[in-house]
Formats: sequence, structure tokens, C-alpha cells
Amino acid sequence: MSVHTSVRQQGRVASARVQRRHNPITWVQRGGLTTLVFLLPLLIIFGVFSWTPIVEAVVMSFQKTNLVTAPVFVGWDNFVAVFRDPVFWIAVRNTGYFAALALIFGYPIPLVAAVLMSEVKRMKGFYSVLAYLPVVIPPVVSVLLWKIFYDASPNGVFNSILGWVGIPPQPWIQDAATAMASLVLEATWAGAGGTIIIYLAALTSVSPDLYDAAEVDGASIWGKIWHVTMPQLRGILFITLILQIIATAQVFLQPFLFTGGGPVNSTTTILLLIYQYAFTQSLGGAYGEATALSLMLAVFLAVLSIVYFRITARWSDK
Amino acid sequence: MERQVTTSVQSELAIPAASHDEPRRRPRRAVEEQPDRGILSAADRRRPHVRIGGAVLNVLLGVCLVVVGLLPLLWLLKSAVTPTQDTLAHPLALFPGGIAWSNVTRAWNDVQIGNYFFNTIWMAAGEWAVQLLVATTGGFALSVLKPRYGKLISGMVLATLFVPAVVLLVPLYLTVLHPPLIGHSLINTFWAVWLPAGASAFNVLLVMRFFDSLPKEVFEAAKTDGAGTFRLFWSVVLPMSKPIIGVVSVFAITAAWADFLWPNLVLKDIGIQPLSVRLPQIQSSTDLGVYLAALAIATLIPVVIFLIFQRTFLRGGGLGGAVKG
Repeated sequence: MSVHTSVRQQGRVASARVQRRHNPITWVQRGGLTTLVFLLPLLIIFGVFSWTPIVEAVVMSFQKTNLVTAPVFVGWDNFVAVFRDPVFWIAVRNTGYFAALALIFGYPIPLVAAVLMSEVKRMKGFYSVLAYLPVVIPPVVSVLLWKIFYDASPNGVFNSILGWVGIPPQPWIQDAATAMASLVLEATWAGAGGTIIIYLAALTSVSPDLYDAAEVDGASIWGKIWHVTMPQLRGILFITLILQIIATAQVFLQPFLFTGGGPVNSTTTILLLIYQYAFTQSLGGAYGEATALSLMLAVFLAVLSIVYFRITARWSDK
Repeated sequence: MERQVTTSVQSELAIPAASHDEPRRRPRRAVEEQPDRGILSAADRRRPHVRIGGAVLNVLLGVCLVVVGLLPLLWLLKSAVTPTQDTLAHPLALFPGGIAWSNVTRAWNDVQIGNYFFNTIWMAAGEWAVQLLVATTGGFALSVLKPRYGKLISGMVLATLFVPAVVLLVPLYLTVLHPPLIGHSLINTFWAVWLPAGASAFNVLLVMRFFDSLPKEVFEAAKTDGAGTFRLFWSVVLPMSKPIIGVVSVFAITAAWADFLWPNLVLKDIGIQPLSVRLPQIQSSTDLGVYLAALAIATLIPVVIFLIFQRTFLRGGGLGGAVKG
């Protein structure tokens, strides 16, 4: 058996010849069955828990499904129902608002931090650990902890700190005006470490020769940052930007655990709405709407990514 | 499921690429012999205003990182053993009314955090085992045995990376509710979290990349020595794969610990819920000090794992932070 396998790997010509005499017995002799046995866990797990559900999601979005009667095809009704739902438009706006705020807070900070950290040779390891610590705290614990920090009473943790510098207590997650920003603040804190580590890795791969060359040309420190570091990081900056947008478009944990979508739907995001369609008491069981909305989100993000990479590829060429 | 919320599928794709590039660049002994430099040159560092400015920035950076990265965690540890009234009245004071170790024992016993703690470990262990089984056997078949239909299968595995997990949420829930062939629901059994966790394309691709990089001569030598396929897998490939198995294990366990949305859906029975699901529910009915002790207990294992396996996290894993679910 092993001889046959190695013969097969010796090249296309040989394998083509063996293939021509293809029948179940030679297949088993050549180890085909053994290979299949090794693939079995992957095929079963992916088949049942990944490939089939993906296809089912597409089918279900065109069906009316409940757990009692057989599903019925309803055409585009689910999609129309989502578009007619006023909460959908609120969720779109909220998700966009979350993504925009997350970009403003979360995009520049890791870059600046990473550039500074990379210049501190001796402490870099320790600083990296500090920066990454919030990422390893379980997300649920982080949110629950920040919920305590956000206590709106003057004795709350953050309000006490604000009190030291004379700022009056803030309502944080209890007011529709400040709730979303509070969610973004926690999400940025919880996620920045990961981005910092990416930038740090990218910074170590910037060749020192480029800095040497820039100095020969008389570049200042700012000149080196602007004309060497930034262009060298451009590729990774483009990628982290779109990744962040994709991630924030799917924010769930913060609105679910901090506010449950409130006050008055001010923090209902698209994922929260999908969850509510499918699983909460008031709306529950609207599986068709839930899958329709999740598919729309997936298609939107796919199109966005393709357009984004087309555009940035053109910029990178220049 | 949770993995989607904090990161995206595409970021998972980026990890193997990033970690793959690194070893290739590593043979740069020439660079190591040079003075290790970044933006600032040795000459820059000698200039007085750069030195002062740099020192100020350095201190500022250090203070910021301690405040942002460490203080919330230290506050949690402090408050976990502070009497509730003190935390409520003076949240930022350091033990104004003594230490309350009883918070921890009350959390562990009365609130049954110990029970949920072991549920979490059991859940993580099962997810780890299933993920490792699928990734190593599948990766071995696709990368080493290379059947003719292998390209198609690895393509289908890769494709799942581009589907946001939220798309699977409802159909996966219905699958677990009515699984094929088994005939009874998996809801409220650990299988409902263990099995779907195995469908991680990220793991399979990571392992495949690693197996691709193993020297083919070793496989050939093993075969000439008469090793069968199972022997090749168990005695040759697996022992060579300790580094990648370590990476997959660390991510699998921390991700299982972090997972919320999916276990929250399928583990409705309080007796088998993990910490992440239980903690939000006990908040309103638990004394604040005891509750903070519970949060601290839930944080302990991931932080310890991180401190032990720093290199794994900080090298391959920068992108992996939110990877799983």
C-alpha cells in the first residue's frame, strides 16, 4: 500500500496512468480508504455544523419556518419584512454609529502606541504584555466589570475619577445620548491590544536600511516616521481598517450585556436585532427574518471588502 | 459564535499568513549583529532634546499602559476581597475597612462559582479535544496524504472563513435542536458546544500550513521503514507537530473560555452552564463583593494561561485575540 502511495506521489504522469485503472479495489489498495478514514472527522463536523447550515441559511431566508409545521417558501417576504421593520433602520444607524466611533477612538490609538512601544527596546516585552492583558480577560467579564465602572451614581468608579478633576457625574450607559459611546469605549479597550501586537510585528519587519538611507538624505525623526514607517505599514493599515469595520459591523456582546439594546433602542445593533428576531420572547421564532438579515449583512460586508480591496490595491500601486 | 463579534473571519485568515512570513524572515543574523535600531538612530538618541523628549514619552507611555492594561485587573482583584459597603462607598480606596476573604469562599460555595468553573473547564476540554482531532486528522489527510479530491475539500474549508458566523446562528441552532441520525436534541448537553467548535477552518488551515512545511523526506523514510499510514500519523507527524498543536490548544482553550453567545443559546440548564453564561445572570441577585470575587475567579485561568504562553499569544496570536467561537 505504501509503495503504491509513493508511486502516486512521484509525478503527474505516473498518477495519471494509475488513475486510468481506477476501480474500488485498487483505490482501497492505494490507501484511499485510509485517507478517507482520516478525513472523516473533518467531513462529518464541517458537513453537519458548517457546510449544511450555510446552505440552510440561504434556504431558510426564503422560507417561513417555525418548529411546528413544515417550512413554506415565501419568496422575498422575509427580506421585505426586515426592510419594513422600523427597528431595522435604527439598528443600521446604530451599527454605523458604533463603527464610526470605534474608528475614531480605536484606529489611531493602537498605531501611535505601537510606534512608541517599538522604540522602547528594553521594556518592549513588558509593555506588550500590559497592552495585551485586556484582550485575554474573558469578554463577558470585561463587559460586566465595565458595567460596574459605568455606575452612574457619583460614587461610581469612573464618576469618582471624573470628580477628582471637577467633572460632574456622567450617566454613561443609562442615557441614550452617551450609551453608544460608552459601549465603544469598552470595546476599544478590550480590542486595542490585538491591533497593537499586529503593528508591533509589522514594525519589526521594517528594514533598518531604510532608516539609514533616510538619514543619509537628511530626514528628521518626523520625516522618517512619515516617509519610511508609514509607507511600510500602509499594507497592514489598510487590512486592519477593513477588518475593524467588518468586526464592528457584527458587534453583539456589548449591546447585549451592557444595555440589551436600550435605552429606547439607542444601542440596538444589527446582530442584536438578528438575535431578537430568532430567540427573544417578544419577537422570537422569526427564523426567516433572522437568516434574511444575517445574509444581507454577510453580502454587504463581502461587497464592501471587495470594493475596498479594489480601491486600496489601486492606491498601493502608485 | 462569539469569535465573530470581536473579530472577523478574515482576520483569522490573516494569522497564518502573518505567522508564516515570520520564520522565513528570521534567518537575519546579519541584522542581529547590527545595532538593533528603529526609527531613532544612535545619533538621534544622543541628541539632548530627543533624549529628554524620549524619556518623557517613555514614562508617559508606561504610565498609560499600566493604567489602561493593568489597573482594571488590579481593581477587580482588590475589590474581590473588599467588603461590599466599602466598594460601594469608596470604590477607589484601598481596603478602607479591611479585607473580606469571605467574598471568595462565598462566591465559590454559595453562588456555586466552583460548579460553573468546572463546567467551563469541561466545556473547554471537550472543545479542545474535538478541534484538535478534526484539525490534525483532517490536516494530515489533506496535506500529507493528498487525495485527488483534497483540493476541493480544502477549498470548501477555506470558503467557510468568509462566511460571518452570524449566518450560521439560526440554522446551527436548529441543527443542534434536531441533529441528523441521532434522533434527540443536543440542547443542554455539552455536545452542543463541543461539536460545532470543531468546524474551525482557521485551525485546519493553520495545521495544514504547518504540515506542508514538514520535510517530505521524513515521510518517505518512514514509509520505506514500513510504517503504515496510522503509524506515520501517530509516531512521526504528531510528535513533530508539538509547536502547532500548542498554538491550536492555547487558542482553543482561551476561546472556549471566552465564548458566550453560543453556550448561552444551547446550555439552558443552569447546572451545566459555564461561567461566561452564568455571570451575567447572577449579577442582580448577588452581593457586589461576592459578585466581583466571581468575576475575578473567571478571569484567573485565561490570564495565567496568557502569562505562561506569552510568546504564543504575542507572536502568532496578535490577531488571534478574539479568534474563537
